[in-house]
Amino acid sequence: MNGLTGAYVPRASPLHRLPAGAKLAGLAVACTVLVLLTSLLALGVATLVVVALYALSRVGAAAAWAQVRPVRWFAVALFAFQLLFAGPETAAATVLRVVLAVALAGLVTLTTRMSAMLAALERCLSPVRFVGLDPFRLSLLLSLTVRSVPVIAALAVRVREAQRARGVERSLRAFAVPLVVGSLRHADALGEALSARGLDD
Amino acid sequence: MNDVGKQRRFPTGDLARVAVFAALIAVLGMPGSLNVFGNAVPITLQTLGVMLAGVILGTWRAALAVVVLLVLVAAGLPLLSGGRGGLGAFVGPSAGFLIGWIPGAAVTGWLVERAGRDPGIVRLVVACLVGGVGVIYLFGIPVQAVVTGVPLGTTALLSLAFLPGDLIKAVLASVIARGTQRAYPDAIPAVHQERLRAGGGR
Repeated sequence: MNGLTGAYVPRASPLHRLPAGAKLAGLAVACTVLVLLTSLLALGVATLVVVALYALSRVGAAAAWAQVRPVRWFAVALFAFQLLFAGPETAAATVLRVVLAVALAGLVTLTTRMSAMLAALERCLSPVRFVGLDPFRLSLLLSLTVRSVPVIAALAVRVREAQRARGVERSLRAFAVPLVVGSLRHADALGEALSARGLDD
Repeated sequence: MNDVGKQRRFPTGDLARVAVFAALIAVLGMPGSLNVFGNAVPITLQTLGVMLAGVILGTWRAALAVVVLLVLVAAGLPLLSGGRGGLGAFVGPSAGFLIGWIPGAAVTGWLVERAGRDPGIVRLVVACLVGGVGVIYLFGIPVQAVVTGVPLGTTALLSLAFLPGDLIKAVLASVIARGTQRAYPDAIPAVHQERLRAGGGR
């Protein structure tokens, strides 16, 4: 539960220096372009561009692979499926498109500090002030969530132990109901504590 | 209390509930809390968490809880099942399903809120099926079709492989929510709203 860190790889590259908002916008544009590219040649060029960007960022091959790894089996399945129904060219093109999009998104994640990314995303979310969430509350909400993850994870471990003691290890109900009730109790106590510190005014 | 609208609509207690449920969805995706039937069946319980958020928090708070979780994921925290995180999840083939969690949780919550102070088990199951399965598929399947270039009909057919598991999760979520609401009546959206109003928003 202490692995709550981002995948950021600190290096001194032009990509690292770009502001997070610019990288997010660039990613959105790049993904749109990728969906529109159909010819294998254009996708080949796109692959070279992505590889060049990774080289420029100097994050290393291991970090790059870690970003693409989650879609590896999907890529294989998709390739096989398209090969059967649409021929080798379409198969290669669709798989390249998916892998390149994931690789680009991964590159943004690898080269952007989590705090910078959070700040950029918070700005994107600023319209929520119309439902009563000003920027301060939004930040509070995000940090409360980060703090709550280990708390709820610890609660899950406790509930699991209690379940073992009761001899109902295999019942999902005996796990989830106490977990959810416990989470709610924790949430409502937390809410009262925040209220008591004047967060309502 | 003299602040009109703002504080009424978003009391601090709700802020805490939203944060804790976002965390709960994350925890349900972690290994260790997930090996419910032994290690043999690696099912992800995160959609179960999304449905539970809908049933217990109600429309807006549930949607916000999912948004908060997704923002933290986008920022790079490994909060998705299997420790995934980062922007890759939002451009990959299952991006639509992730985005669909937001309206999915909201619709589930909306349907439960309509049921008033004592939503029956049937109502809960229907809400979870419509919001937690139907709406999520409605967003997920077209996006997957676009990303993979597989025709929409075929993608929908392929997604049927996940349907049995999701149906089971919807029923489980309802049973769990029913149990929770029995033990903690304040877990029913309508009851919670009433208490907030009675307490003058405090």
